[in-house]
Amino acid sequence: RGVPGPGRTPGSLRALTPGCAAGRAGAWPPAVRIQPLRCSPPSGTPHQPPPAGPAPWDSQQIRRGSEQPHQDPQQAQDQRESAGQTRVRGQAPGQSQSPAQHLGHPRRAAQAAEQLQVPQLNLSPPVRHRGQGTHGPYQPHEPGYGLDQPEFSPYEDEIPDPKARMLAIQNAKAYLLKTSTKSGLNLYDHLARVITKILDEQPENTADIIENISKDVKWAQFRKKMDTLRDEHLILPTYEAAEKCKALFVKDSGEEEEEIVGPPPLPNVMETAFYFEQAGIGLNKDESYCIFLSLKNLVNVQPILTCRFWGKILGLEMNYIIAETQVREVEDQEGGETGHEREEIYEEGEREMDEGEEEGEEKEKRDEPPKSTYKPPPEIPREENGAGTNKYVYFVCNEPGKPWVKLPPVTPAQIVCARKIKKFFTGRLDAPVVSFPPFPGNEANYLRAQIARISAGTHVSPTGFYQFANEDEEEEEGDAYEENPDFEPPPVAEMLESLAAWAHHVKIILKQGRCVWINPQKSDENAEEEEEEEEEKDEEGEGQQEETGPPLLTLISEDAGIKSIPAWTAQASTNLIPEYCIAILQSNRWPGAYAFASGRKFDNIYFGWGHKYSPENHSPALPPPAQAEYPIGSEITETVDPTVEEEMAFKAAQEEALAGDDEEEGEEDEGDDE
Amino acid sequence: GDAEAMEALSLPRAGRRAALSASLPLLQPTTASSGSVWGCIQGVRGAYYIAEGLGPDRAAARSRLYSLNCLDWSLLTPATKEMLALAEQLQGRFQGDPSFEYDLAEVNAEAPVMKEEARLIATIEQIDKEVGIVPRGAFVKTPLGSVHENRHFEGLSLAEAKKLSSYFHFTKPVNLKNKTLLEKADLDPSIDFLDSLEHDIPRGSWSIQLEKGGTVVVLRSLLWLGLTFYHVPMTKQFGYVYFGTGEKNLDLPFML
Repeated sequence: RGVPGPGRTPGSLRALTPGCAAGRAGAWPPAVRIQPLRCSPPSGTPHQPPPAGPAPWDSQQIRRGSEQPHQDPQQAQDQRESAGQTRVRGQAPGQSQSPAQHLGHPRRAAQAAEQLQVPQLNLSPPVRHRGQGTHGPYQPHEPGYGLDQPEFSPYEDEIPDPKARMLAIQNAKAYLLKTSTKSGLNLYDHLARVITKILDEQPENTADIIENISKDVKWAQFRKKMDTLRDEHLILPTYEAAEKCKALFVKDSGEEEEEIVGPPPLPNVMETAFYFEQAGIGLNKDESYCIFLSLKNLVNVQPILTCRFWGKILGLEMNYIIAETQVREVEDQEGGETGHEREEIYEEGEREMDEGEEEGEEKEKRDEPPKSTYKPPPEIPREENGAGTNKYVYFVCNEPGKPWVKLPPVTPAQIVCARKIKKFFTGRLDAPVVSFPPFPGNEANYLRAQIARISAGTHVSPTGFYQFANEDEEEEEGDAYEENPDFEPPPVAEMLESLAAWAHHVKIILKQGRCVWINPQKSDENAEEEEEEEEEKDEEGEGQQEETGPPLLTLISEDAGIKSIPAWTAQASTNLIPEYCIAILQSNRWPGAYAFASGRKFDNIYFGWGHKYSPENHSPALPPPAQAEYPIGSEITETVDPTVEEEMAFKAAQEEALAGDDEEEGEEDEGDDE
Repeated sequence: GDAEAMEALSLPRAGRRAALSASLPLLQPTTASSGSVWGCIQGVRGAYYIAEGLGPDRAAARSRLYSLNCLDWSLLTPATKEMLALAEQLQGRFQGDPSFEYDLAEVNAEAPVMKEEARLIATIEQIDKEVGIVPRGAFVKTPLGSVHENRHFEGLSLAEAKKLSSYFHFTKPVNLKNKTLLEKADLDPSIDFLDSLEHDIPRGSWSIQLEKGGTVVVLRSLLWLGLTFYHVPMTKQFGYVYFGTGEKNLDLPFML
């Protein structure tokens, strides 16, 4: 479509000939080829009798010509010999193009539509029509002047290429022919119809009522509803999401309210959200409410003792909404069981490995080459459910309304590794974590490790709100604490002034990856039976000192700063109304972690990417040191080959010794050798 | 309105939002146009709130202002090349004090100190240049070279809104001239006068998410964490806002 003839230049576009158009029609794609039919004037207009079926153009033309009372001679001439008319126009482009020349001829309408786009695209200098002056080449004072100047085009660096121009024309035409999804019309046909109608009816002051004409044409458009083979079936993702979200708002009628003793496990998300909003942090109210409902569902399904909205971690594809819960003992056992199952799996794996090793040992006895003596460093056992880093059980979901997924308990190895890497979350829990050093687990484990680290670093409460359950445990560094019933909330000014007004209530995670230190060797002693190794281990164990960290409920004023940056920034929610001001604490180490305190109320929340702040850029871990080779000693080096002199001397010595025993034999032997 | 709804993670403080809506119209005499919130750069001790005035020509230089309390605004001068070069060498958080002086003696002997205000200017300029984006078709280049809002922009369709190629960097194009003739043929000169996001380096420096079941598209820059762009498909609503520390994420290749 629109492929130019060999000698045609863009300038002659206006002089499209019907012959050319007919030739084009053959080459057009099917959708366009039926255009003349679709371009036929609307059947409802008074000037035209409805065409009886798909009459050939010529007959229609003749009929119309005979029926129209006010036909001017030019029109008649046009009908008599359309080819001749075309030739005339081709010879003198744009000269005798009076409005009267246009008819309700569909082919012409198509031409007209084609001509319409020409000035719009600036592809050819429009020809000024004599005596009209309403359109034509732009004069310097006119607003559209310079449209076709090359410097206003992004293609300025390019030599005007007729091919590229034709491509541009084709693109423009294709755009005009784009069928609207709503009405099934396209602009190309519509313009053709409008112009047909105008030329048919020839109203006064056409420019003023063009909008109405356009509207009329659209009204008059008759479109048959065609049957489609496929069902028109469209489910938008919006619909699906809304359906899920709606499920949150449905109240189960059959659900019987259990009498729960003690505080309800469901947190008041909206109240917390209100306070955090004072601080300028938090989620949209609608989203908060959906999370609230979602947490309610979680509490109903799982036997949960306490529940808290932990925060939201952003991901590349989806985000994580995280709930921090403590599960009832029943669940705890189940969790323990699952944990044991996992441990069993681990143990089985170890056993398999052990078996392999044993087999190796057996082979070694049969003069096999020595097997590897490398033993991985002892694995540090994870903390029990309900203690240390595994004190809470975390549930995550991507969006409120989606099912909650329970995160596995965290292991020290995962925490240690998570400290060395910095990765974006994808939003899929089963995504692999491709990193160096290799992360032991998938994204769910990485997420759990980051949650443990963030919680340990940023969960703070006003000093004195929590107290140790009893004195002994403090000494033992237990992580049991209870609410202080006699807690007197300090004034907000005090909370803001000094960081000593805040204290951590989550135990710090040691370098080992646990909250409570465990001697990795002791736990492994049983497995190792060989005495020598045990001795070695003991020696190492003596050298390895117990790691200690600050105890629970340490004031945050003792937190180390990051170079020149303090670890925390405390701010007031408002300076204007000190009476109702609340204290906001912002972590600089974990950007996105906030805490607020207002009287006895306080909470922590995290919104962010789940990464720790470091003033320097992330430097990936160094590759592990290469192992030293076996030292060159007597076991490795060989003695020099004995020289002839040495051998002779050796023989002589032997002979002498023999001679001492039996002189004769020795002499005979010597004689034989020689 | 919508920018707040989308980037709900770091709204200005509740009172400050009200203060902003009260003080932004007052900027009109200064900026000779309506002011709009550009974002906020958080320092250790305070945050800079940044507003900008948009004229009819969207490609022209904008007047920017900053404020520490959302009420009193100070005009920022345009960034110079020296400022940009120096600011690239600075690392670490903003302090929250415009008169704070960074020691640059090691880097640059001629200008041993740099004021935080200058760093702020340079950082804003850099963010706008690197990650300021608009949906395709939202702006048109007029024949006279100025860039205007496209009145007929009706939003991207849902399918287009998911693609990075439907979004443009709102800065002078770099890659466009390097395109082959064939690639250029599909472009519309009035709309496609900018670089699209799809060839950003490194690959994957944008996170694109459909929120609320596809009613809102949210793009987050991973190079400048804190820059969030939203667009409601099939509507004219789009925009971006920056709420962050003003530090470029140079660790990006490790994090992907």
